[in-house]
Amino acid sequence: MLLTSSLADASRLQFALTAMYHWLFVPLTLGLGILIAIFETKYYRSGDESWKKLTRFWSRIFAINFACGVATGIILEFEFGTNWSNYSWFVGDIFGAPLAIEGIFAFFLESTFFAVMYFGWDKVSKGFHLLSTWLTAIGANLSAYWILTANGWMQNPVGVEFNPLTARNEMVDFWSIVFSPTTLSKFSHSVMSGFLVAAIVVIAISCWYLKKQRNREFSLRSIKYATVFGLIAIFALMATGHTSAVTVARTQPMKLAAMEGLYRGENGTPFVGFAVLNPKKTFDNDEKPYLFNISVPKALSFMVDFDFNTFVPGISDIIEGGYTYKDANGVEKKALSFQEKVDRGNMARRALSLYAQYKDDQDTVKRNEILSQAKVYLDDNFEYFGYGFLKSPEESIPNVPVTFYSFRIMVMLGGYFILFLIVCWWLTKKKILEKKKWFIFFAILSVPLVYICAEAGWVVAEVGRQPWTIQDLLPIGASVSGVSSSNVWTTFIIFAVLFTTLLIAELKIAFNQIKKGPDGIKWN
Amino acid sequence: MNIFKRVYVFYRDGFRNMEVGKTLWLIILIKLAIIFLILRVFFFRPELSRYDTDSEKAEHVIENLTKQP
Repeated sequence: MLLTSSLADASRLQFALTAMYHWLFVPLTLGLGILIAIFETKYYRSGDESWKKLTRFWSRIFAINFACGVATGIILEFEFGTNWSNYSWFVGDIFGAPLAIEGIFAFFLESTFFAVMYFGWDKVSKGFHLLSTWLTAIGANLSAYWILTANGWMQNPVGVEFNPLTARNEMVDFWSIVFSPTTLSKFSHSVMSGFLVAAIVVIAISCWYLKKQRNREFSLRSIKYATVFGLIAIFALMATGHTSAVTVARTQPMKLAAMEGLYRGENGTPFVGFAVLNPKKTFDNDEKPYLFNISVPKALSFMVDFDFNTFVPGISDIIEGGYTYKDANGVEKKALSFQEKVDRGNMARRALSLYAQYKDDQDTVKRNEILSQAKVYLDDNFEYFGYGFLKSPEESIPNVPVTFYSFRIMVMLGGYFILFLIVCWWLTKKKILEKKKWFIFFAILSVPLVYICAEAGWVVAEVGRQPWTIQDLLPIGASVSGVSSSNVWTTFIIFAVLFTTLLIAELKIAFNQIKKGPDGIKWN
Repeated sequence: MNIFKRVYVFYRDGFRNMEVGKTLWLIILIKLAIIFLILRVFFFRPELSRYDTDSEKAEHVIENLTKQP
């Protein structure tokens, strides 16, 4: 049963709310864990107690953030089963395997050594404590890897075969799923964004101490290391952002077109630095796409293919088809039009219907003949299965303004952080940072900005791939369950109230601990 | 002291000496209670759990995926 858009929209909104809350806590855990492990390594090597103080204070912030974020992700899994049951069944064991590995291996690693990290000071050896801190940090990042493997598969479904008897995708190549280019670029980009968040948070809190003229040595040392950590992260983000763009161009061209507000591609497509979209523009009219724009000639072509003359398709091109493109493996192909994809999607759906209808037929000869033909049709057309649910080209286009502006917010804030960190490094090197009140102001302001940047990246990734829950295979309308939309709205309101209340309580604890500072805390 | 006792004492002392940690654990427990005892029980029953077998679940999903809107 295909359900009303109100149910789909309610389910999407609920999932977006939960995922965005979850992602408020995850990035700091990913980055701060590694930074703390670096601090403790300095302590282990030097025996200098000031490094221990540094490690223990930032571990406290890490623990508060960890406690805030724990279990917020569990609700996402509930939502899969309740609101997205068709999808959950359809993905088969693809989601199960990475999530099970995440639960059994990475989360256990993280939570087991987390206890040693907090309770173990002066109770276990320095070496074992350091090992525990590193394993906690690595465990958190490994958890992220397995979750992003599942997400990467939704964006680029590889390594599976669809079983028409069970209506499930079955894993045929574990490694191609785990090491798909989409997963690798998503993981590296997401983890590096976590490192950047941690660097900015450490710099901001330390700058706040400098503003209050307290904990000077502690703060300057924290800033020095966080700045280098942040610079490494931001340059890695640029590199991984590039690999993400290459992957998106090959596997999700519509998302790339929406990110750029690009309706008509050309050989040598410009990259839009900044623009105001024309709200009247649609894929089938001749309005100009931008009211105003600043673009870099041919840059988009170069970014996605290292060739200034590569053709990058726009939204209208993708709807009309007929152009030549490189697929995920770099093989040149001719693009199908939207209608051709719909026709092939319908063939795949009809083949699945025939399978269901005749799989128990008593006439063995007739059954085998129909099933073998249906299997051929299904296999030949399955890559467009999801298009069989779409009725008009508009349904295949994501929300362009949201994708476009979110991408610009992410990129512009990324540019701001490059500048911010270079200035921070220079001021630290010249030993004049604490005298620059304007910089301290920007450092504190940077905390909300870095979270907006991290969330904007996910908005681009997830809104940009609409209408698909699984790229080209399953649209949102076919993924949702038969639950009532009022039920979804009720839980949406419960989540919004619950999460916001807990967030306020938890932030209060965090601010209280920051105010106490490294000297005012009773450990544990 | 054997290994199990040492681990027990390690955790017991760790929890006893917590200050902020106690508040954090309280928040975690409240959160888990709301998630598992209220949301899971009353609002988040897996849609396909009303079917007993995988084959019934598959039929239900195939029907959804093949029915023309």
